[in-house]
Amino acid sequence: MTMTLLVARRLLHAFLLILAVLVLNFLLIHMAPGDPADVIAGEMGGATEEMLADIRKTYGLDKPVYVQLGVYLSRALQGDLGQSFFYNAPVLDLVVSRAGPTILLVATALLFAIFVGTFLGVLASHKPKGIVSGLVTLVSVIGYSAPIFWTGMMLVILFAWIYPIFPIANMYDITKSGGFFGRVVDILYHLVLPSLALGIVYLAQYARLTRASMLEILGSDYIRTARAKGVAEVKVYGHHALRNAVLPVVTIAGLQFGSIISGAVLVETVFSWPGLGTLAFDSILARDYPTILGILFFSSLLVIVANLITDFVYRLVDPRIRTGG
Amino acid sequence: MTTVENSQDIIQSQSPWREAIRAFRQSWAGMLGIIILIAVILFTFAGPLFYPVDPFEIVWAPLTPPGESERAPLGTDYLGRDILAGLINGGPATLFVGLVAGIITITIGILVGAFAGFYRGIVDEFLMRVTEFFQVLPALLFAMVLVTLFTPTIYVVSLAIGIVSWPTTARLTRAEFLRIRNLEYVNAARSIGARNRRIIWRVILPNALAPLIVAATLTVGIAILFEAGLSFLGLGDPNVFSWGLMIGSGREYILDGWWVVTFPGFMIFLTVLGFSLVGDGLNDAFNPKLRER
Repeated sequence: MTMTLLVARRLLHAFLLILAVLVLNFLLIHMAPGDPADVIAGEMGGATEEMLADIRKTYGLDKPVYVQLGVYLSRALQGDLGQSFFYNAPVLDLVVSRAGPTILLVATALLFAIFVGTFLGVLASHKPKGIVSGLVTLVSVIGYSAPIFWTGMMLVILFAWIYPIFPIANMYDITKSGGFFGRVVDILYHLVLPSLALGIVYLAQYARLTRASMLEILGSDYIRTARAKGVAEVKVYGHHALRNAVLPVVTIAGLQFGSIISGAVLVETVFSWPGLGTLAFDSILARDYPTILGILFFSSLLVIVANLITDFVYRLVDPRIRTGG
Repeated sequence: MTTVENSQDIIQSQSPWREAIRAFRQSWAGMLGIIILIAVILFTFAGPLFYPVDPFEIVWAPLTPPGESERAPLGTDYLGRDILAGLINGGPATLFVGLVAGIITITIGILVGAFAGFYRGIVDEFLMRVTEFFQVLPALLFAMVLVTLFTPTIYVVSLAIGIVSWPTTARLTRAEFLRIRNLEYVNAARSIGARNRRIIWRVILPNALAPLIVAATLTVGIAILFEAGLSFLGLGDPNVFSWGLMIGSGREYILDGWWVVTFPGFMIFLTVLGFSLVGDGLNDAFNPKLRER
């Protein structure tokens, strides 16, 4: 299959997934108990009769369901995700304005987790019964088992009381000035604890995964062959084994993007990070359904894009995928 | 007669399951996990017999630190409710949601993954599209929406967690099936005329079980974390006392009293730790390659 055709296929595929998410949103609005117009207006909004009539007209709620679906899809694809009556703003504007901080947080945490996690995993596989291995297992198991928001709160307690060196809330200090560069440094400074809290869970998983797959691979025949040929141990690890051991990490990291966004929701809530997660939390308190569904849609979109990227990275790492089907 | 019994003993002791149980007993992680889980279960189920305090009752001044009052050894929350009583009574709900949601997750995941990996072709294509669809939805957000739109009872919460969590298991199962389905012993089974159903459940699945059993134990842990996350966001069952509920209600007071969220969080951590250590032990026990090393 040529590259262009492949890209086209993947894009079409992504588009269909986007449509499917929109259909799900539509279904959720209609499956919820009560009048869809009420759901769209939000229960706390205290929508007037006039507003409800307006919503019914806009979304064609008096027409058959398939017409409603058509109206909903065409509006959504034109970027109209509805109006938040709680924030009194279009949902798309709200969501886009909050997406940046979330993407920054997630990307930082993910890169940190992948690099440190793989490294620790390889180190641990070298001596499966050694000290490093035990330490990695210990850290992994702890990182894996602690609720992410609890880790975050422990960091808050630690860095608010015992060692107050890192900021524990918000994304930047509005009282500080210092131009563009100063602002960037300030944001990075605020980013440390949230991305640590978010990244450590995945770091733990990637370290375990790398260790497990390295151990399996190191026991396989081609490694024995390589060793028998007298290939240097460093090369056996770095060249022969790691290439295969890193595949599950790439796969899992890409597939976990959604779960990382879920983690970000919790971490953002703990650290008052002004991203999609805090927006989701606030809109759930306000029962602002259009905004919640808008966030679900937009974050799914992020995951779809991340999956596309993973797919191409995967092809780069594993030539077998490129030729085989 | 004695000889026959003896030879049976020898055959039994060579069975892989016996080997696995023996290896599990030797794995410190697995045994530690079992001990932790038993301790948590005893604490939370037998605790009320020894410490009969109502977790909803206000026993002392709000936000009393641990050790200051005999009425509340681990301190009180922002309303003055006993934290220790909360820890004891918050367990069953958390464990219930974890187990039910874990079972739902694993069942859907194995079914989808096994069929997709075995039949490949159009079945695989369809099932993987569905899996992929569920996987692009950020699980927690999806569960948040489900729980917000419907009533947050522990059943709805368990079901929501199960509905959003199965894709990982499905992927894992499928990958294992794809790896195993063309191995020689599967071809051998096929060549002696074994039917698909037998090949899927009796030939491939047992050989794919090691990672799946590990995944299943971890899934229960993840479901518990999930429930805690939802409760933390205020989306748990408000009528059922759980550790997550304690953290959620104490969230705003962490700088006034570290103990309010630290202890219930630690209980969740211990429970999930128990499950993941057992998973680790099982992994060692089921994987002869690891055992040799």
